[in-house]
Amino acid sequence: MNLRKIKNALIRITSTIVVVLITIPLLWIIFDVFIKGISVIGLEFLISLPAPIGEGGGIANAILGTLIINAMACAIGLPLGIATGIYLSEYSNDSTFSTFIRTIIYTLSGVPSIILGLFAFALIVIRIGHYTAIAAAFALSIIVIPIVAKATEEGMRAVSIEIREGAFALGLPKWIVVTKIILGVAKSSIITSSLLAFARISGETAPLLFTALFSYYWPRGINEPMASLQVLIYNYAMSGFEAWVIRAWGASLLLLLLVLFINILVRRISTR
Amino acid sequence: MKNISKIIFLENFFKLILKIATLIIIVIFLLMFYSLFERSMPSLMENGFYILFGSSWDPNIKLFGGAPAILGTIISSAIAIAFAFPISLSIAIFYTEYCPLRVRPIISEIMNLLAAIPSVIYGIWGLWTISPIIKLNFQEPIIASIGFIPLFSGPAYGLSIFLASLILTIMITPIIASISMDIFLKTPILLKEAMFALGATKWEVLRHVVIPFARRGILAATILGLGRALGETMAVTMVIGNSYIWPFQSISLFSPATTITSKIASEFPESVIDLMHNSSLMSLALILLLFSISISFITKFIEKGVKYR
Repeated sequence: MNLRKIKNALIRITSTIVVVLITIPLLWIIFDVFIKGISVIGLEFLISLPAPIGEGGGIANAILGTLIINAMACAIGLPLGIATGIYLSEYSNDSTFSTFIRTIIYTLSGVPSIILGLFAFALIVIRIGHYTAIAAAFALSIIVIPIVAKATEEGMRAVSIEIREGAFALGLPKWIVVTKIILGVAKSSIITSSLLAFARISGETAPLLFTALFSYYWPRGINEPMASLQVLIYNYAMSGFEAWVIRAWGASLLLLLLVLFINILVRRISTR
Repeated sequence: MKNISKIIFLENFFKLILKIATLIIIVIFLLMFYSLFERSMPSLMENGFYILFGSSWDPNIKLFGGAPAILGTIISSAIAIAFAFPISLSIAIFYTEYCPLRVRPIISEIMNLLAAIPSVIYGIWGLWTISPIIKLNFQEPIIASIGFIPLFSGPAYGLSIFLASLILTIMITPIIASISMDIFLKTPILLKEAMFALGATKWEVLRHVVIPFARRGILAATILGLGRALGETMAVTMVIGNSYIWPFQSISLFSPATTITSKIASEFPESVIDLMHNSSLMSLALILLLFSISISFITKFIEKGVKYR
């Protein structure tokens, strides 16, 4: 064995060790959340409202709140994202304007989510005068837009020229070709990106702190403060009361299962 | 004829809808700057450069110095990058050259899942599981042996800038690693085969072909990871201890500290009643936004001509 081969072997061993080491936190988090969270999860935990410290209580309003806020965020973000993606792929002709839009979308995707929360606070909460789930949905929709716009553009660009020419040869107008044919072929990448965006905003907490805040009651309307799983985990974990911390672990388990399930599902769909 | 004009109308209508969507996004982008700037104005006018360089923060006497938070953000992210960079590179090296082909999907799945875990879950894990372990098995022995060095002086709290950097490392490693993995795989196969034909070992091929080829991409990935670390909020807020003593009263890495994001997340709700306090937090957010925008432009500039993901 000469020096070159020893060096090669050393790199092989170190890089293998590093890969093994990085899987430790992943497994640790999953097991930890599972073991600590499973003890508190039961029917009552899932269907009842939070109770004062020491009296048990559940997280049902937070589960519902996260779903409502996510649904509203998708209702705003998906149409805008998909439309922008279609525009960039089919109508932009790679002009300066489209480069400008791409740069904006790229920049938006890098803006820390806490900033989006403060933006929604300054724009909506201050003007309305109280915390509201609408502002939360607005903040989260800005996270959805870049993810979906990029996937839509890439998915549509990947549609082959033969399919386009075939459709045009039938004498169809362009907007029919785009919406019925090209969009149909690109459908799967749009759906997977929408699912990923949903998973992503399910875990976002910072934008909700200044917008939807939290509530100990059932959601009474979308223009009200609203509980969410994410903020519940943060509040309860930081409270230091044992009964609340254990409920934070239970909520973490639900959230983790949702996020990991969507991510694994998407990988299955897109690698098939 | 009527039919044709209807088609043209629908065509233009469709185009108009798309155009409006893109315009809405531009408006959102500009409004974001305007809103943050507008809310920051009172504090920027009143405090001026003190918000950047001042070291005390006391709403009661209207003192708003952001230096500890800004330094906390920069230093915790820098430490995280210093750890995450070699780790990510090792993962990418193993992934492209040393790992059996059927293990590859497992590694990218691990990176995928690590990146998918919500930051508030990293936070609760760091706060309740890792912090006590680090305190007992790492901080206390180190303080006992080399605690005379100011950088490692006591007392051990568990919650510290060190712990925040550690959690950030785990959070940004999958980002840097998965981009690096993609770029490494794009090395022209001919170049690699030529090297192997000369009798080079895998490490030599990596060292002289793959890594030089991917240099720009790795740099962009690292800066992207830096951007993520700078803006990370929940996990950092939950593990950094939110104390303003670092770095002006104690430079110990084991001391609790604060970052821009943790300052905002922990103080914002109570600041709403005090315009100057609220506005000062907004000014910190504006500084963070400027960091993030610069990072987007730098990575865009580096990536020019290179395309991944």
